Amino acid sequence: MTIVSGLPHSSRPLASRSGSSRMNHRSVAVDRLASPRPRLFEAVVWLLPAVAYFVFPDNLALGVSIMTYAVAVLALDLVLGYAGIVSLGHAAFFGIGAYAAGLLAANGWREPLTGLLLAGAASLMIGFFASFLVVRGKDLTRLMVTLGIGLVVYELANRLSSITGGMDGLSGFEVSPIFGVFAFDLYGKTAWWYVYGVSLVVFIFLRFVVSSPFGLSLRAIREGVNRMPALGASVNSRLRIAFTISAGVAGIAGGLLAQTTQFVGIDSLSVPRAAEFLVMLVLGGTGRLYGALAGTAIFMIAHDYLADIDPVYWEFWMGLLLMAVVLFARGGIVGALFNLVPSLKARFGRAAQ
Amino acid sequence: MIRRQFLLGAAATVAFAVTHPAFAADTIKVGLVLPMSGPFSQYGQQMQNGIKLFMKEHGDTVAGKKIELVIKDDGGIAPDRARRAVQDLIVRDKVDILAGFTFTASALAAAPMAKEAEKAMIVMNASSSGITEASPYMIRIGQTLPQITEPAGRYAGEQGFKTIYTVVADITAGHDAEAAFIRGLKSTGGEVAGSLRVPAQNPDFAPFVQRIKDAKPNAVFAWLPPGEAAINFIKEFNQRGLAAEGIVMLGTGDLTDELTITQTGDAGLGVVTTGHYSMAHKSAKNEAFVKAYLADYPNEKWPNFLSVSAYDGMAVLYHGLEKTKGDASGPVITEALKGEKIESPRGPIEIDAKNRDIVQTIYVRKVEKVDGRFANVEFHEFPESRDSAAAK
Amino acid sequence: MTSNIIGILFDGLAYGSLLFLVGVGLSITMGLMNFINLAHGAFAMAGGYVSVYLGQKLGMSFLLTLPFAFLGSALLGLVAERLLFQRLYKATHLDQVLFTVGFVFSSIAAAHYFFGASQQMSAMPDFLQGQTRVAGVDLGKYRLLLIAVVAALTVALHLTLSKTRFGAQVRAAVDNQDAAAGLGINVGLIFSLCFALGTGLAGLGGALGIEVLGLDPGFPLKYMVYFLLVVVVGGAGTIRGPLIAAMILGIFDVAGKYYVPEAGAFIIYVLMIVLLLAFPSGLGGKRA
Repeated sequence: MTIVSGLPHSSRPLASRSGSSRMNHRSVAVDRLASPRPRLFEAVVWLLPAVAYFVFPDNLALGVSIMTYAVAVLALDLVLGYAGIVSLGHAAFFGIGAYAAGLLAANGWREPLTGLLLAGAASLMIGFFASFLVVRGKDLTRLMVTLGIGLVVYELANRLSSITGGMDGLSGFEVSPIFGVFAFDLYGKTAWWYVYGVSLVVFIFLRFVVSSPFGLSLRAIREGVNRMPALGASVNSRLRIAFTISAGVAGIAGGLLAQTTQFVGIDSLSVPRAAEFLVMLVLGGTGRLYGALAGTAIFMIAHDYLADIDPVYWEFWMGLLLMAVVLFARGGIVGALFNLVPSLKARFGRAAQ
Repeated sequence: MIRRQFLLGAAATVAFAVTHPAFAADTIKVGLVLPMSGPFSQYGQQMQNGIKLFMKEHGDTVAGKKIELVIKDDGGIAPDRARRAVQDLIVRDKVDILAGFTFTASALAAAPMAKEAEKAMIVMNASSSGITEASPYMIRIGQTLPQITEPAGRYAGEQGFKTIYTVVADITAGHDAEAAFIRGLKSTGGEVAGSLRVPAQNPDFAPFVQRIKDAKPNAVFAWLPPGEAAINFIKEFNQRGLAAEGIVMLGTGDLTDELTITQTGDAGLGVVTTGHYSMAHKSAKNEAFVKAYLADYPNEKWPNFLSVSAYDGMAVLYHGLEKTKGDASGPVITEALKGEKIESPRGPIEIDAKNRDIVQTIYVRKVEKVDGRFANVEFHEFPESRDSAAAK
Repeated sequence: MTSNIIGILFDGLAYGSLLFLVGVGLSITMGLMNFINLAHGAFAMAGGYVSVYLGQKLGMSFLLTLPFAFLGSALLGLVAERLLFQRLYKATHLDQVLFTVGFVFSSIAAAHYFFGASQQMSAMPDFLQGQTRVAGVDLGKYRLLLIAVVAALTVALHLTLSKTRFGAQVRAAVDNQDAAAGLGINVGLIFSLCFALGTGLAGLGGALGIEVLGLDPGFPLKYMVYFLLVVVVGGAGTIRGPLIAAMILGIFDVAGKYYVPEAGAFIIYVLMIVLLLAFPSGLGGKRA
């Protein structure tokens, strides 16, 4: 009960509540990147990694990892935050992309950009077939079906060890320089700019998708599934499209991992990895794209920092951090920030009256 | 308490490394990649203990250089974390030598970086066949799976069991163990009656054990990941009366690892395994090692093969640095260590001059109760065993 | 041949019983209370450690430790609910996921700190070791115990939830909190007790399962899939649903592994997907 009454509009009479909720709805729509036009803060956010490159030159490895995983978490945000499908199987697509990119390089296709696109295409295809399984049922059912898909794919990769390397992983492949010029180096400089560029392109693409009529219809489906068919929209096919796109993007993230680390471990398609994606997304906040970025960065930096201080018991502190975020920053870190703005406005606005 | 103090020490080292990237030339930094958290944290702990014990006994200075450790947690089988840890160790912490690597995937993921940066990489446990090919500066001190498994097959063949069944976890290590066992068995004229592969994550062994029971073999060879799977399999084997029917259980040391032998309990008595180290190994060096280990880590149950491998890894490193007069660069120290022989608590070991892989005696042991504790008692040995899959 | 099939069926039932035991508590916290409780395994682990600790330090016999495993976990659950979890009943499912995952992380590290990382010893008394021959079929004694406990537990839970005043209050509180509160039911207390019951059952399952599942700090994550499997396939919120699901999954898994061992790892997952697609709200689910 305490939680609900904490919201600004809940204790007001019904009439004004409907008004404020409409207003609230509009402000949420703005927060959730409904407009295709980029805003100033977005440029600032995307400058941050570039600044970090020069400020923390010793931490490029972590930076590359963060941006790689951020792409996968963005993919998850499309299905979870926008289409409302809880997926605990996204590591499957991430891993399929990673293996596709790794196997291409191992078999002589060393050009990274086309390799990356093919990796995305491979996941996209598998994602399309999987999408038929995930539109049925409610949250828990979908959670378990996607989990099941993840487990089956993992076991397949384990069984096909003559191709995938099984538990020992896929190794011993090399990737050509980007554009034939920039070779991947020990310090991770090339990898850093490569992953930064790819993640920016992916972000712009997803930003475009979520603010398109298709993206808006996804949100409408999420907020009231029953009304959508009346508007002439096929709910299931839209959800399937969103899931398929998301799988493709997750595959690109996996491809980045394979290309920048010259290694694919079977853990890249494990359930713990999928759970990690989910945790990172929820930590940052769903349905905002920027939540995915912030959640990934915060989770991974905290993980590295805590594991360096306390290699044995870092999980304890990590757990405390996650619980604290839920208790004090409901809706994820970015979600809480966005919620803060209207509630501050409302408070000051009321005081002015 | 000792453990905690050491961790603080490690943390301080990390802090030092971050704040003072330019370190004095008279220190040699050793970057360790170990699973300190997660499902395999015991492994990391064992290895850290072994390293610490060696440095306590032999001092932290060798050839006039001070040895400094930087410990990184890879959290278990997580190659991308291991790789990032190695990149950080090389680029940020500027370590001279890499060591640790409990799992093959971690070692293979790290190898390209070590190769490019020309850092020696002392692999203390990762045990898939032939991994030293991944970098010319990689030296393996622990074991290779075919190396410890093939003697089990040879022993089984020598015993003349008529029908032998194999049970392995359905992962690459299990497949390799199955192949190595059969290779050993065939070399001594034996045949396998049937092979079973079981899921690695498998809570209930009842259906598989029942299958074996119905097949009525004379002996069973098992390779399962150490931990609850091994314990569970041996227990179920007993509960269903297979041991009582006289079916002999063979395996590698993983099955009766010192870390799980107590939990397996009486059910494990009589299990015959092949391995490179038993705490009950009879030699003055081992007795001293075990005594010192238990004195330093009273809370740890026993030292197992991991602490010995880590201990030996440090011994090899010290030998190498003495030979090179403190030159820790990858090509130099690797060259100096080729063909190196040392006397380890496990017995004599040698670094193969050709492929930098471990050569050692593999012992055949049987689980017995010694002084009220379960122990792998050695009764037969295969000296100078090599990685049989790589030699092929 | 028939004794063989009966033996496999029996093993399947026993494995199903084990799945049910570790999952039934979750059916209450997650199913009945609609709280996505991924921390279930942490409470199961706690019960396991209570049992091991009492057995090793006080020399208590295994069966005697079981009530304490239940009570210990229930108490822990009660405290955790009062301090933490009750704040989250109104939160979104995703926030619940994040919070309970955080709880699991912390509890894994805490268990490591207090009990060490090693596998704990299960202490089955001699009379539960080995097999007994009934009508030509060898039945494991420990497995018989599992089946017996599940039978007793099912009856007890059914009676508690459908015949007692507490059960009526639970059903009222779960269906409509406001109306229940209007009737003078202390909804907060009912929820706390419900949560304690769920976590207590988790503890009981954790203790009974040590023999097969083992016990180490990684327990809550290692078996999370299995807890969820039983509850979601069964249909959250009932006792009957998870029971049916556990038995089906147990029997198919064991029979599959015996007759088609090559398919071993896939059977349970594929069966799960098929069952979920056929029955999206679970086998025992009332609402379509």
